[in-house]
Amino acid sequence: MKSSVIVFPGSNCDRDVAIALEKFQIKNQMVWHNETTLPKSDLVVLPGGFSYGDYLRTGCIASKSKIINSIIEHGKKGGLVLGICNGFQILIETGLLPGALLRNKKLKFLSKNVFLKVINTDNRFCSNYKNKDIIKLPIAHNEGNFFGNSDLIKKLEDKKLIAFKYCNDQGKVEKISNPNGSSNNIAGILNDKKNILGMMPHPERLIDPILSGEDGSILFTSLLKS
Amino acid sequence: MKISVTVTLKKDVLDPQGKVVKQTLKNMGYANIEDVRQGKYFEIELKENDKANATKIIEEISKKLLTNTVIENYTINYK
Repeated sequence: MKSSVIVFPGSNCDRDVAIALEKFQIKNQMVWHNETTLPKSDLVVLPGGFSYGDYLRTGCIASKSKIINSIIEHGKKGGLVLGICNGFQILIETGLLPGALLRNKKLKFLSKNVFLKVINTDNRFCSNYKNKDIIKLPIAHNEGNFFGNSDLIKKLEDKKLIAFKYCNDQGKVEKISNPNGSSNNIAGILNDKKNILGMMPHPERLIDPILSGEDGSILFTSLLKS
Repeated sequence: MKISVTVTLKKDVLDPQGKVVKQTLKNMGYANIEDVRQGKYFEIELKENDKANATKIIEEISKKLLTNTVIENYTINYK
């Protein structure tokens, strides 16, 4: 499997995610945002960070960068795209994923571990979470408050396009375990074809049993199954 | 031609910053403040003398870049 991690000025989780991909024998290339063609890839990763200093709106300027058209094309053809944190914000600004990410409800930058319930495992990113559907991953964001109108939220629920929701340590999805005010506690969503995943938590930070734990590894091992 | 664009959050979108500004104004003693919504303001200089053409361009860039139309509205102001 081949992947490309797109690097924007201000990306800061690009190398972390590259290390994670390589750990699971995914052959990765770093691709600078000014390139216009994507190297042959099965998976494109938009990493976390603060692309273009979050100017205008988070992810907005990156969503107009030179490489973006080839990523949109890749995604529309059914190629895998994973957007983590700022990457999720970029995917929303490109229109590959619906909704919007607003400032956290309490206006604070959040950097902590949260419990997540894996809501739908029937996709390329989450299939290995079947045996472990309550996980703990870190979040680190200021604009992670997922917003959708009631029609969109209903569609995401009905079509099983919600990958992760914030929950408590027992897997109960409740208001008190919602860190940022997201509609229906949503932490990650898929597109209609389920080949594009955007998520606020950082799976690439939990891939080592000694350093952190392996709740993030499961996402990468899921990707390896075709 | 000088044109400005004001971008505001749509009515049903929560504006926590606006809320904090409103609360602060109340704390400062402005009891009659009913609501505050925070937005963005752009001043654009355009090489174009025809108002209709200018409007067309500004509409386009407002939709494509200046706003996220899922959550924001814009108004165009001519000087």
